[in-house]
Amino acid sequence: MSATAADIQDSHDHHGPTHTGIKRWLFTTNHKDIGTLYLVFSLIMLFVGGGMALVIRLELFQPGLQFVNPDFFNQMVTLHALVMVFGMIMPAFAGFANWMIPMMIGAPDMALPRLNNWSFWLLPCAVVLLASTLFMPGGAPASGWTLYPPLVLQTGDAFPFAIFAVHLLGISSIMAAINIVVTILNLRTPSMSLMQMPLFVWAWLITAYLLIAVMPVLAGGVTMLLMDQFFGTSFFQAAGGGDPVLFQHIFWFFGHPEVYIIILPAFGIVSHVIPAFSRKPLFGHHAMVFATGSIAFLSFIVWAHHMFTVGMPLAGQMFFMLSTMLIAIPTGVKIFNWTATMWEGSLSFETPMLFSIAFLFLFTIGGFSGLMMAMAPLDFQYHDTYFIVAHFHYVLVPGAMFAAIAGAYYWLPKWTGHMYDERLGKIHFWLSTIFVNLTFFPQHFVGLAGMPRRIPDYAVQFTDYNAMSSIGSFGFGFAQLLLVYIVYKCIKSGQKATAEVWDNPEGLEWTVPSPPPHHTFEEPPVYTPRH
Amino acid sequence: MNRFLIPIFGSLFAASTAHAAEDFRAGINLPVGVTDISALIFDLHMFVFWICVAIGAVVFTAMIVAMFKFRKSKGAVAATWSHSTVAEIIWTVIPILILISMAVPAARALVEIEDTSGTEMTIKITGYQWKWHYDYIGEDIGFYSSLAQSSNEARQPGSNIDPNSVENYLLDVDHPLILPVDTKIRYLITANDVLHSWWVPAFAVKKDAIPGYINEGWFQVNETGTYRGQCAELCGKDHGFMPIVVEVLSKADYAAWLAAQQTGNAG
Repeated sequence: MSATAADIQDSHDHHGPTHTGIKRWLFTTNHKDIGTLYLVFSLIMLFVGGGMALVIRLELFQPGLQFVNPDFFNQMVTLHALVMVFGMIMPAFAGFANWMIPMMIGAPDMALPRLNNWSFWLLPCAVVLLASTLFMPGGAPASGWTLYPPLVLQTGDAFPFAIFAVHLLGISSIMAAINIVVTILNLRTPSMSLMQMPLFVWAWLITAYLLIAVMPVLAGGVTMLLMDQFFGTSFFQAAGGGDPVLFQHIFWFFGHPEVYIIILPAFGIVSHVIPAFSRKPLFGHHAMVFATGSIAFLSFIVWAHHMFTVGMPLAGQMFFMLSTMLIAIPTGVKIFNWTATMWEGSLSFETPMLFSIAFLFLFTIGGFSGLMMAMAPLDFQYHDTYFIVAHFHYVLVPGAMFAAIAGAYYWLPKWTGHMYDERLGKIHFWLSTIFVNLTFFPQHFVGLAGMPRRIPDYAVQFTDYNAMSSIGSFGFGFAQLLLVYIVYKCIKSGQKATAEVWDNPEGLEWTVPSPPPHHTFEEPPVYTPRH
Repeated sequence: MNRFLIPIFGSLFAASTAHAAEDFRAGINLPVGVTDISALIFDLHMFVFWICVAIGAVVFTAMIVAMFKFRKSKGAVAATWSHSTVAEIIWTVIPILILISMAVPAARALVEIEDTSGTEMTIKITGYQWKWHYDYIGEDIGFYSSLAQSSNEARQPGSNIDPNSVENYLLDVDHPLILPVDTKIRYLITANDVLHSWWVPAFAVKKDAIPGYINEGWFQVNETGTYRGQCAELCGKDHGFMPIVVEVLSKADYAAWLAAQQTGNAG
């Protein structure tokens, strides 16, 4: 099939982008260019959001207030989360989607290329707007990323700007999601059935539906906040007959599916990397698809497990406890299937595989603490402590982010046409894995021992573990600079990569040259499943 | 170096013990607490913890064995199978059974926790930015409870006071909540401005204080003593500085305290 792609390229007039320089990137409608934009943007935001995390960890290195005042601390807590969720991890997976989905399904591009350009370029606008709130009178929102009223209504001049930034981020996500759905359903090569689609495509198809379903809910919620603040409504103000808890229900109806919006594409990537380096097909392809679908469905009926302490009736607590525990079943199926994929394989441990294996172990640890918190009586103790901070960082950092890094190493040779430096990649892996655990594992302990989250200063018995955590966070943060260098070195001076890159990996993306021509699959390829 | 190594190894060996509650610096686990409910929750917590350890042991062992046994560098040749209905049924059914074994005691505990019948006295807790107010319903007693002066001075930026030199740094108040031992106490909780959450780990009580809502709950403390907690819901800049201190007295001491307060009020 690589021959086919090459033929097409020869017979075609424009080999490259129509514009050069900055215009190429501003006006591009090419899925590969837009994918690159998303990925570069995500990498920049990793350091912006990471810098904020380091401010937090610096202040928490020892008890007492040494570096920042409590209000600024809360602003950092809020922006760190918003930047990492909306600026770093979601765009990272959107970048993978843009680059890989058309190449995996044999499509020439995304179905709606101009919309694609717009949905990317909204992102930097939104993030700049969000960051600018730091310089407004009263500072950035300091209510946590959950934006709970009434506290969020105490935000200064920044309030409407922050809301508008969230709207922009939401619009960008919805457009990207619509584009992905349309691309997968309409531009897939006719010889590939839905059930034959690679797992990453499946994960994104389901994720895109989640996005379309819940982003408008968030938009509605924050618009109601805006109305309460400026137009005299009382959706969430008790004094006017409103209900502060209603916002929490709305937020988490968005927020819980959002968690899976972040993790499902990560599952997808890992489902490509593990079979490739096990030299064995993914175990239970269909079961994986159904598990992904079940997780997505369950994500809509578990939201109030974030709110066990608001004073829900017994029946409500029971329902949300039991529905949440059910998620362990499809998630367990995924973990077991990945393990079974490795079983009797022929394993080699290149950097993408190392990050995927770390994902398997550490995401599972995050899953265990999640299972513990699903149980309402236990959550009364865990809720809003560092135990939950440890939990969600385990599923987001060595979970989602490690999967993104694994995917980056896996497809980098395809994107750039060059191999990355394997030795440096392994160093990056070991530094990341050691420091991520040093950062987040001790947080389980201080959380159980009684340290609440979102506090700038703490009682002295929590000192040792906080110091460890801070040291780990700086190590982890600086280790990511190595990733930037590895990518730079790969582009500048990496060895030439072959079309297949790895040892006979599965998927249409490996049938086109590395780097792929600007336009691939202008005619649908013939997909022949291996199994 | 030892400063960091000791906690790491200490935590590995002590993860399952309850001694953490006594030894503050090594605290790495939930406290057993001083109410029947907190002990129930602790037991449930350890039960689930060990289930997770057991599942982890099986799954991680399988992964590690696969990584060492099926290495390409050791000449492993990949099999081609990618499906096994039996295996898939097994690892769907077993987790369901495990989940049921966890859900049943959890549901029982939940019912017990929510049973507010037969309470003997009622207090009302109100959250403010950034202090608590306690009312003793029917006793005509009420007072604010704020961060103790010693902690408040030390926590100011540039105070140059070492937090280690302050007794109960950030966990001390001017007027603690005084309550009797062995009494089923009902609490009503609300807030005056933004959300707060009243949390005393030793009681296993955490309940949000919400403007416009009056939440209720209960606890019954089995041992006299002083118990400390903190606000657990982000409530603005001084969220970290509105601790909770409850002094639990014997019934006789409590009655004496109550009488003294009421005399004071009258005077």
